[in-house]
Amino acid sequence: MARKLPPVDVVLVGFGWTGAIMAQELTDAGLEVLAIERGAWRDTPTHFPTTSAPDELRWYWRKEMFQDNARDTLTFRNNRSQTALPMRRWGSFLPGEGVGGAGVHWNGQTWRFLPSDFEAASHNSERYGPLPDGMTVQDYGVTYDELEPHFDRFEKLCGISGKAGNLKGRIQEGGNPFEGWRSADYPNPPMHMTFSQRQFEKAAQDLGLHPFPGPSANMSRAYVNPLGCQLAPCTYCGFCEKYGCGNYSKASAQTTILPVLMKKPNFTLKTHNEVLRVKLDNTGRRATGVIHVDVNGEEYEQPADLVILCAYQISNTRLMMLSGVGEIYNPVTGEGLVGKNYCYQVMSGADVFFDDKFTNEFVGAGALGMCVDEYNGDNFDHSGLGFIGGGYIACWTTNARPIESQPTPSGTPAWGSAWKKAVAANFLKSTSVGAHGSSMAYATNHLDLDPTYKDAYGRPLMRMTYDFTPNDLTMSAYLTERVREIAERMGGREIKVNRRTTPYNSMPYQTTHNTGGTIMGTTPKNSVVNRYLQSWDVSNLFVMGANVFPQNAGYNPTGTVAALAYWSAEAIRSQYLRSPGPLVQA
Amino acid sequence: MAAAGPISRRDLCLLLGTVGAAVLTSHAGARIIPKHVPWYPGHASPPRAFDGARFFTNDERRCIDALTARLIPTDETGPGAREAGVVDFIDNQLAGFYGRGDRWYMQGPFAKGTDEQGYQSHHPPAQLYRAAISALDDHCRKTFDGKVFAELSEQDQDAIVKQLDDGKLALSDVPAETFFKILQENSIEGFFCDPVYGGNRDMVGWRLVGFPGARYDYRDFLDHNGAAISIEPVGLRGRPAWNPE
Repeated sequence: MARKLPPVDVVLVGFGWTGAIMAQELTDAGLEVLAIERGAWRDTPTHFPTTSAPDELRWYWRKEMFQDNARDTLTFRNNRSQTALPMRRWGSFLPGEGVGGAGVHWNGQTWRFLPSDFEAASHNSERYGPLPDGMTVQDYGVTYDELEPHFDRFEKLCGISGKAGNLKGRIQEGGNPFEGWRSADYPNPPMHMTFSQRQFEKAAQDLGLHPFPGPSANMSRAYVNPLGCQLAPCTYCGFCEKYGCGNYSKASAQTTILPVLMKKPNFTLKTHNEVLRVKLDNTGRRATGVIHVDVNGEEYEQPADLVILCAYQISNTRLMMLSGVGEIYNPVTGEGLVGKNYCYQVMSGADVFFDDKFTNEFVGAGALGMCVDEYNGDNFDHSGLGFIGGGYIACWTTNARPIESQPTPSGTPAWGSAWKKAVAANFLKSTSVGAHGSSMAYATNHLDLDPTYKDAYGRPLMRMTYDFTPNDLTMSAYLTERVREIAERMGGREIKVNRRTTPYNSMPYQTTHNTGGTIMGTTPKNSVVNRYLQSWDVSNLFVMGANVFPQNAGYNPTGTVAALAYWSAEAIRSQYLRSPGPLVQA
Repeated sequence: MAAAGPISRRDLCLLLGTVGAAVLTSHAGARIIPKHVPWYPGHASPPRAFDGARFFTNDERRCIDALTARLIPTDETGPGAREAGVVDFIDNQLAGFYGRGDRWYMQGPFAKGTDEQGYQSHHPPAQLYRAAISALDDHCRKTFDGKVFAELSEQDQDAIVKQLDDGKLALSDVPAETFFKILQENSIEGFFCDPVYGGNRDMVGWRLVGFPGARYDYRDFLDHNGAAISIEPVGLRGRPAWNPE
């Protein structure tokens, strides 16, 4: 029997980026906020200082930075004819755990989705005709123009380093001319580019493209954010993605919000407590709080007026299923919405090998890169191409960490003297160009609860059914050819093209950009949450995260996830608190 | 998972005041943190360094030593797995949480699965090694006149490794391809990890490729413009030259 605790105004489930943003916003509004996090307290000086952060084996290969998947993982299969089996260790993506969530180990590539990405269904069908059979792409129900101030806020919170390409409609030389309009330039100048980026830039310009510096949450200079939190200049140590930043140089909840939030009298954080489910009243239309359990297995009921799910995409979606909010999507009947439109991203690229030039990619940073955006979203005419969507193409120099990265030319054996010789010859003399391909929703790709496997609390694991779709494979093949054209012109001796082929393999690391499952939209008939990320069924329940994306764009999602959190927080503050109830009438 | 910090006297008082004694009996895990940024002087979260613990029998060690020496040979390019201490690294890793699969989801039922579903053996890594070594040596004894893998010529060893890599060597009921993938992965880890874990001894792996190690500031080198950068590697514990004789 769960022990009942004194009520709070707001309970947040999970304490990463969206949890910290929500907590900051709602404590500012005077509410008493409790955040419940299943992992540990983590902060720079104790848990990932510069003296222990640069450690490949520990943080990535032994997965100390990520969700403990001995206790909770998911099962995976490519299609419904297979039996899903547990991901016994993390592979293709790396959910976080502990304070700061996956936002501790991100690279910091901080984009805004394109205006047309938010209206993917109506925009593309208007321009190219009806979407293909089985594609379940939808509009977000919120527009880029509405989100613009919230993107801007997040960029200023983080101190994003970059160069505007479109200031209030005027195209800016050296920025991304395809981006949506922005009300202000980035708060910090671009990162300091290295040899590889210069080669990419020249090659792209030769092709008539418009290269620009990638937007970066690694600091190009010292920065004090609007909350007064101080960030230090990035030192280009090459340990961003999969690692915590020891140097206060990467925006995270720890570096941008927690120093202020943690001291507030109306905020409390509870760690090592896992929320088992959202508790609903007997009408099923109102959340009364959450049930959570501590490390001793002691159960508690935490009453709250407002429940906000702020965990990772997979966990948020599973909590909705485990709590019985809405109906789980059934791909056979097409009924139900929770778990629908699971999307990912389709990554491909090319390695470039130089003879006499050193790329020295150990001098790197998570978001040190030059990019082109000609082939993203609907920035180009898709007529006759047989797909919608696209992706940016970039030369990021994120690292040269040798356990993870031993680029070798085509034809190199995987072991023995020939392998060793090739690794020694190419380690400091190679770079890569990558395509960050979008992922369009299909009726066959989805999430539901596994019938066999359970987590440490006996709850069913999430089951993922996913494979790359015809649209995305055609898109990726097209993008990869564009990658090849650039890579061939970068002055190397040779290149190696790395295409993405079917079936999707859940093990090699690709990207932690999982989306969908509790999608947002315009009516309860097509979505789980409304345009303010409020549950259609339970109006005092809000759901943050990339799980609300109806499909995934060709950009890293964190910027859009954060903008949506600010947008939702504003709606709660300015509308919901005055008059609790549905913010959109069904 | 990062280790939880200790509970301070202040936190204890707050715990008592807010949720009562039930939580007090718990280990340092569950915590309530109100109104401050927790930090305690002198507390860090150090790596689980090489501690000398071993898993392999002497015969198993010989087998893995021989196998890893074929994957990363000592040759004209420089030192290989042997000089790097790869077998010590793997032995120590298998004796610890990694070998036991403590951080892997190891609940059944187990099924073979597809390539896309990843590791599905019911053995945690250490037991997979044990079973695979035994089956491999059995195979070698049958094929090579009673000799185990470590006793074969380098040519014969390479031929066996190639069969493993090509998925053409069946090891009775052991998933040979899964074993070979893990062995390759662990060998690379042992060759390139921080020396604090017992591999990459004297930073031979890092020196081979030119990786400067656990440094955290390369701002002086941003304008290398394609030229070589020559800096000595350094590990989490510094480097031998820093230590007094």
